[in-house]
Amino acid sequence: MSREVHNGPTDDTQARGTHYAGDPDGGAGTETPSLDKLPLDAWHRERGGRMVPFAGYEMPVQYEGIMAEHLWTRENAGLFDVSHMGQLLVHGRDVDAALERLMPGDFKAAADMKPKYSLLLDESGGIIDDLMATRRGDDFYIVVNGATKHGDIAVMEQRLPSEVVVDHMKEQALLALQGPRAAEVLEKIIPGVSDLGFMQGGPFNWNGRNLWISRSGYTGEDGFEISVPAVAAADLTDAIVADDLAKPIGLGARDSLRLEAGLPLYGHDIDHETTPVMAGLNFAINKRRRAEGGFAGDLRILAELEQGTPQKRVGFDVDGRQPVREGALVLDAEGNEVGRITSGGFSPSLQRPIAMGYVASHLADVGTELKLSQRGKLIGARVGAMPFVPHRYHRKGATA
Amino acid sequence: MTVYFTKEHEWIRVEGDTATIGISNHAQEQLGDIVFAEVPDVGRRVSKGQEAAVVESVKAASDVYAPVTGEVVEANQAVADEPALVNSDPEGQGWFFKIRLDNPGELEGLMDEAAYRDWVATL
Repeated sequence: MSREVHNGPTDDTQARGTHYAGDPDGGAGTETPSLDKLPLDAWHRERGGRMVPFAGYEMPVQYEGIMAEHLWTRENAGLFDVSHMGQLLVHGRDVDAALERLMPGDFKAAADMKPKYSLLLDESGGIIDDLMATRRGDDFYIVVNGATKHGDIAVMEQRLPSEVVVDHMKEQALLALQGPRAAEVLEKIIPGVSDLGFMQGGPFNWNGRNLWISRSGYTGEDGFEISVPAVAAADLTDAIVADDLAKPIGLGARDSLRLEAGLPLYGHDIDHETTPVMAGLNFAINKRRRAEGGFAGDLRILAELEQGTPQKRVGFDVDGRQPVREGALVLDAEGNEVGRITSGGFSPSLQRPIAMGYVASHLADVGTELKLSQRGKLIGARVGAMPFVPHRYHRKGATA
Repeated sequence: MTVYFTKEHEWIRVEGDTATIGISNHAQEQLGDIVFAEVPDVGRRVSKGQEAAVVESVKAASDVYAPVTGEVVEANQAVADEPALVNSDPEGQGWFFKIRLDNPGELEGLMDEAAYRDWVATL
């Protein structure tokens, strides 16, 4: 039996222990450097986590199994250790204006403690990384992808004015508790968190430790992301999973959950070769910024907003049961190559294969019939609406 | 009846000139939740080392190689219909296909069950 294709974040393209530096092969062929350990490394192993290399760390890909963990998160509360991600504090004079040079968001008018999704762009509008940025008073707390964090810091330090400083908060772990019962679980441990609205953050205190918690996540479910001092991470994790409603969830289910939610994964669905408009992330390009420009790649991106792009990111509903994975080609009715799959797998919630990728814009309407070509086999598919599984974010005033 | 194993984690149960082929318990554990299985058509000729079936989990796709040369005489439609059978009973009901052996000599050099289990324990 061969092991041909890995999928998603356990993909070898990102799992070689090299920091993702714009090389689509993720440093393929290079020697694997030694892997870092997460603050919760021992905790994962005790819990039966199967550790795999990812983003330069040994990380748990699964505990009891991806399918069960995925469904548990959709129904209860799943705890993810995402401490590999980079937590940055960017501060200094006119930090908001400085960040606006690198990203298309409205940082100047950013409300306090409201995380915003944004994109770090190169000068031609390609995506260096996607991230969450939150104003905390005069500073910005920014969470970037693990595989790209060192590159991001280098880019920021190079391109930000010298009076703006990027602190890498290496002493912080990051946990995510996701699922319809996440608020119920976390409220018992940290009273007050359930008062947060979706995409709202705030400082909390637990056992004398300062935490930063936001109501946000990467699964399409209600949930929280918790920045905790690494020394206290194991205690907090134990306190959370002491609740029978919460279980630890690995990277494998994190990938299948975000795919069902239609959320792009950096290094796969978005990268230097794609722009925010190609990727359908126009919501991250603020209205004032569209009028004024002044961000990296603005000429191209503003033109694309006006005129469209040759290709677009779309979802695919795939016929049959066989998963179609990253790298498969998208063909039109005549067999011409018109796109490429960037993420794909079997949806545990829908019990059928789903995929995400790029296709020629004139073929990007929902319902368009296409063929996917994978390892010499043609599989029927049609452009499908994303998210595949509806988002169930917490809305204030909505009944629980 | 003798059972052999390959380093690619297939098992081969030989009865007369017929070999039943599947993937080992270790292989299904490594793959995780299996969501797709494709078995070969009856009558197809496969050569030793050639891909003969497909097995995919949530996270990985693999080919199942024919560990011996011969003609496919039976395929297990049950695993195609219910791929999770490969997880629940990999070395029993989760078999993939049966081959009529061209050359039983090809079985020489394969591991027996004890040797395979010992080897897997070192992985």
